[in-house]
Amino acid sequence: MFGDYSFSDLGSIFVMQGFAGLILFSVFVLMALGLAIIFGQMGVINMAHGEFMILGAYVTWMTSEFFKAHLPAFFGGYFFLAMILAFLASGALGMVVEWALIRHLYKRPLDTLLATWGLSLILQQVYRSVFGGREVGVDLPDWMMGSWQVSDTIQIPINGMLVMAITVIITLIVAYILYYSSWGRQVRAVMQNRVMASAIGINTEKVDRYTFGLGCGIAGIAGSAFTMIGSTGPTSGQLYIVDTFLVVVFGGATSLLGTIASAFTISQARSTLEFFTSGSMAQVMTLLAVVIILMLRPQGLFAVKVRK
Amino acid sequence: MATEDEGPQSRLRRGLLMGIAAAPFAGLLPKMAFADAPATSAVNTTGLAVTDSEVTVGILHSVTGTMAISETGSVEAEKLAIQQINDAGGVLGRKIKIIQEDGASDWPTFAEKAKKLLVNDHVAAIFGCWTSASRKAVLPVLEQYNGMLYYPTFYEGLEMSKNVIYTGQEATQQILSSLNWINKTKGAKSFYLIGSDYIWPRTSNKIARKHIEGHLQGCKVVGEEYFPLGSTQFNSVINKIKLKRPDVIFADVVGGSNVAFYKQLKAAGINLDKQLLLTISVTEDEIDGIGGENIAGAYASMKYFESLKNPNNEAFVKAFHKMWGDKTVIGDVTQAAYLGPNLWKLTAEKAQSFDVDKIAAASPGIEFKGAPEGYVKIHQNHHLWSRSRIGRARVDGQFDVVYETPDLIEPNPFPKGYQ
Repeated sequence: MFGDYSFSDLGSIFVMQGFAGLILFSVFVLMALGLAIIFGQMGVINMAHGEFMILGAYVTWMTSEFFKAHLPAFFGGYFFLAMILAFLASGALGMVVEWALIRHLYKRPLDTLLATWGLSLILQQVYRSVFGGREVGVDLPDWMMGSWQVSDTIQIPINGMLVMAITVIITLIVAYILYYSSWGRQVRAVMQNRVMASAIGINTEKVDRYTFGLGCGIAGIAGSAFTMIGSTGPTSGQLYIVDTFLVVVFGGATSLLGTIASAFTISQARSTLEFFTSGSMAQVMTLLAVVIILMLRPQGLFAVKVRK
Repeated sequence: MATEDEGPQSRLRRGLLMGIAAAPFAGLLPKMAFADAPATSAVNTTGLAVTDSEVTVGILHSVTGTMAISETGSVEAEKLAIQQINDAGGVLGRKIKIIQEDGASDWPTFAEKAKKLLVNDHVAAIFGCWTSASRKAVLPVLEQYNGMLYYPTFYEGLEMSKNVIYTGQEATQQILSSLNWINKTKGAKSFYLIGSDYIWPRTSNKIARKHIEGHLQGCKVVGEEYFPLGSTQFNSVINKIKLKRPDVIFADVVGGSNVAFYKQLKAAGINLDKQLLLTISVTEDEIDGIGGENIAGAYASMKYFESLKNPNNEAFVKAFHKMWGDKTVIGDVTQAAYLGPNLWKLTAEKAQSFDVDKIAAASPGIEFKGAPEGYVKIHQNHHLWSRSRIGRARVDGQFDVVYETPDLIEPNPFPKGYQ
């Protein structure tokens, strides 16, 4: 395969391919983080995760339209505001959903699967009725488009690097909140032993609501970031849901570190295989490997040891 | 012809006459329209939903679910065509009444709804289906209950049915002339084929590969790649393309993947002004979602572009925007959907009947001179003779038409040597 190419050609391809792998890794982490909180910490199987992401994407689209029409001078920076709005919108919707739907189902985890799946269908049709069936094109500022020319033959996508930066920042924030803040301790206490947590004075209902809201809000940020690389339509959320669950389950649902490790493993495996085989084959082989590993290690890569 | 003076009328007949008189078709004297129409017993011998004043047809597309994105335009075009036909006096003196069903992007639902339209509603024709999967699901129903389907999408070929008129291009019409063109005018020699992983891209790429390797002097395929439907990550394959440096990227990626593919292509520094890209899956509809700035410079092979300059098309575009709003765009399939009701009307007038068998028999040779794409004609194999065109995507989401085949291309759904 490489016989006809010069050494420098191959070098640049390997650099670019390395970055392709890292970008895919960031995408996986970003889309899985919100679910890792909701599924991992709360045990809620949220099938509507993709729809919360797309809400973020639509918020981004509306923000871009607003800036184009009213504040064209600030268009270059609208994206950061859009991400904050996406977080707030998805987070708020998440809290409403938790209040109206999820909190009645904490003792019936499998029913949340059906309920949130129904919710995803409802949201899709709402998006279709409000924004139209067609995909919307999100205009990006010029500086976010195109690539960074490292050398003559190496180009790194700017949007990919932005996704990486966003992922790192969000991951650090989430890790801080969950493991170092007092609120994070409350979250973990509630998840490990709800009765005991409420006995020592933790308002478990409030913790549940904010945790769910945080997970959904992060999904909104992910959706907002993905307008740079993907499509924004009523059913676009479905494109991410399978990979998202794959990453979270493979990582071991209860561990943030596991999610990151699993995103890294799957993304590297897939991007390398894609390069050497083809798109469809790479997916087949990755999924096969994941299935085999999960058969041998059903708890996933990392699991928190809890006394049952 | 019966008039009101001729003795006792059935309540049904009287109701219908009152209906006609009350109908808001000002300018047309009801009795005159009535007098022109041949008797119902003559035009309908098989129990279709045809009365003295009305003929019922079905529209069967997805207006919910994944495919609603694509099929909405087709529904709009079919309704426009039917309204125009009604405004001009209808078919065989009868107004067209529409029963619309939703296939909901679900293939068994398509079959079920087609059966409902044929068995319960007795529609004279169905305008509908979009994906090949939905057409394949509906086909046995059409053949069992003898219905007539006008199918608008360009597709992979390898099918022919008495019960279907294919108003879009089949694969060879769309692919061969565009490959010839890019080889001749751009000197392209090496091709990288990339598509979504299902029957249409695979069949199309097979035809493209056979043509490139067998019919174009000194040309070769340097890569062929498929991605599952819904894939959103293309960075690895883009690196592979950079390594192989093909003259042309030949793309038939569809749906949400399409958007991701072009965004990432642009982000990876591939400049479509320098890198030739020929696609058979991007129309004006898709560019809406992709964003003009991400795809400007790419070439698309279609039979119709909204920017076509001819009187038919200008009138069509104007009427379409008037009915559905200025923001809508008209893609290749939307135009092909507009042909369906028009071709059906011309066929019914030639056959002097709505009977499906007579329509099927009368279809070959039907010419539609008012088509927005220009003159089209139905072939013996129920596909259309049509020209093929190449458009270059502009930033504003429209295409500049850069090439048009001089002659109509014969449809060839079972191409010898390409399978």
